[in-house]
Amino acid sequence: MIDATTLLLLASTVRLATPLALAAMGELVAERAGVLNVGIEGMMLTGALAAFVTAAATGSLALGCAAGVAAGVAMAALFGVFALRRAADPIVSGTALNVLALGLTGVVFRAATPPGSALERAPQMGELLPGVNLYVLVTLALVAGVALFLDRTRSGLALRAVGERAEAAHVQGVAVLRVRWVAVLFGGACAGLAGSSLVLWISDTFVEAMTSGRGFIALSLVLFGGYRPLRIVLGALLFGAASALQFRLQAAGSAIPYNLLLMTPYLLTLVVLAVFAGRVRAPADLARPFSPRR
Amino acid sequence: MTGVRAFAQPFGAALVALAISALLLLAIGADPLAAFAALASGALGDAIALENTIVRMGPLLLVGLGVALSFRCGIWNIGGEGQLYAGALAATALVTRGLGAEPGAVSLPLALLAGAGAGALWAGIAALLRVRRGVSEVLSTILLNFIAVLAVAWAVHGPLQEATLSYPQSDAFPDLARLSVLPGLRRVHAGLLLAAALPFAVWLLLFRSSAGLRLRAVGLSPDAARYAHVSPERETTRVLVIAGALAGLAGALEVCGVTGRLFENLASGYGFTAVAVALLARLNPLGVLPAAFFFAALASGSGAMQRVAAVPSVAVQVIEALVIFFSVGFALPKSSAS
Repeated sequence: MIDATTLLLLASTVRLATPLALAAMGELVAERAGVLNVGIEGMMLTGALAAFVTAAATGSLALGCAAGVAAGVAMAALFGVFALRRAADPIVSGTALNVLALGLTGVVFRAATPPGSALERAPQMGELLPGVNLYVLVTLALVAGVALFLDRTRSGLALRAVGERAEAAHVQGVAVLRVRWVAVLFGGACAGLAGSSLVLWISDTFVEAMTSGRGFIALSLVLFGGYRPLRIVLGALLFGAASALQFRLQAAGSAIPYNLLLMTPYLLTLVVLAVFAGRVRAPADLARPFSPRR
Repeated sequence: MTGVRAFAQPFGAALVALAISALLLLAIGADPLAAFAALASGALGDAIALENTIVRMGPLLLVGLGVALSFRCGIWNIGGEGQLYAGALAATALVTRGLGAEPGAVSLPLALLAGAGAGALWAGIAALLRVRRGVSEVLSTILLNFIAVLAVAWAVHGPLQEATLSYPQSDAFPDLARLSVLPGLRRVHAGLLLAAALPFAVWLLLFRSSAGLRLRAVGLSPDAARYAHVSPERETTRVLVIAGALAGLAGALEVCGVTGRLFENLASGYGFTAVAVALLARLNPLGVLPAAFFFAALASGSGAMQRVAAVPSVAVQVIEALVIFFSVGFALPKSSAS
């Protein structure tokens, strides 16, 4: 028998793990195609704002989710213009995207919600079981889909080839840049969907900079999971559990100051990276810009 | 690279960024000309506005200098904010808890040293993780930012909170631990002279010393550097420690020269702005001076823009991001991989 406290903790673990797993799946596909996307934090944040404003204005969860995905894709397209089309450094482009998202969401949020505005709360997605709703089901389907796609399809093989040896894939007739574009846009869609879950499920309102490093934790999870979908989900659950426990301790009035508790996910990520990062073999052509005319 | 292009590109990047920002302001129904006018007058309009801009320039200059140096070595140090907070925290701990009731004349230099040391140590964690454990400094420095900000929040709610326990802030610094305002001025403090001299020192280090040559060699090609018996690992550690010390010094200068105490949100966002500063400067230590002034003016004018033209001050971050976008590809050392 599971008691009520444990059940709450489990539900909260799944809730906190889902956005991480979603964003990490998008990052996984982008990285397997050789694109290091440091901008998912910004894509998540933009997705969260778009979902919040749309859902709060229309009252429709579906439109909110769609707006979140669209915003994530739009930001990913901007990233792609610099990182793929202009072959600019992906880390600098991603950093610029994160700063842009902070500024843009701040401006739009303040413009959309003047004091006394009606846009205060977004509608909430209900749960089928504690901690389980459509977001969880979509995430599970996505994980299975990505795993099958990467390992069992010709397109998945081509995508991995682009990430490992872009030059060789190009010679074999694979349209390297097109594959990378699709992978980056898919990553943006996942990040946007993850962002939408923050405002339509995990909390009911938008707060500036509310992603608070989740994008970077998702990036770390891809490494932690050794570029394998299932292991990444396990990593996300580990982080979900750590965060859930930390919130539980806060609520229970723990003697540990809450600012120190809030450090847990970041410290855990650092420790996990310290243990696992050196052992993981990244795609060989990761973060190497490709231009066909060389 | 000719001299003309070296100046034209940053100006072009800044101008394009401002033009696109103007379009975005139009899109949200604001008047871009009124907004920019309010911003300019808030940043440069009178003597006190100009002094505020120069005061803001200090930390951007130092953190941007460290970022420029790191990027030259091919190290993506995005952790300026955390290193700055670590420096401010250490300086405050020393001044308000470490020196006892009667601080002497050494307290100020000690506080600045503590700040620089703590910043170096904080960046040193990222160096250690990178060199020993293969952890990308992009992730570690960003994660360390979050941790440092929370550490400061914890300190001012806990061990470093002021004696009266009224607000989450430290005790005010005694005069002996404060940087004095320059004669005839109202806000510009003596520490800014030190900050203004450092770009020249870093320029000498980078372009006129063998240490600088080794550092740039690693940035151009770690493999080639290794063949020339330059250890990329050692240079990585060295450059991160120097950048951390600069950012930590910036944190100490903030608490000793500007605020006189520690509190939360001392300098939020400075780490990212410093990346924009370094890139606009085309990673040239001397270029960091005008670039830091540009972003300091944006930051100090943003309040006036919000008051007068009703444009949220965070709009400045959009300009920052656009400057980074339009500077990329021009100023960066070519990675050996591409």
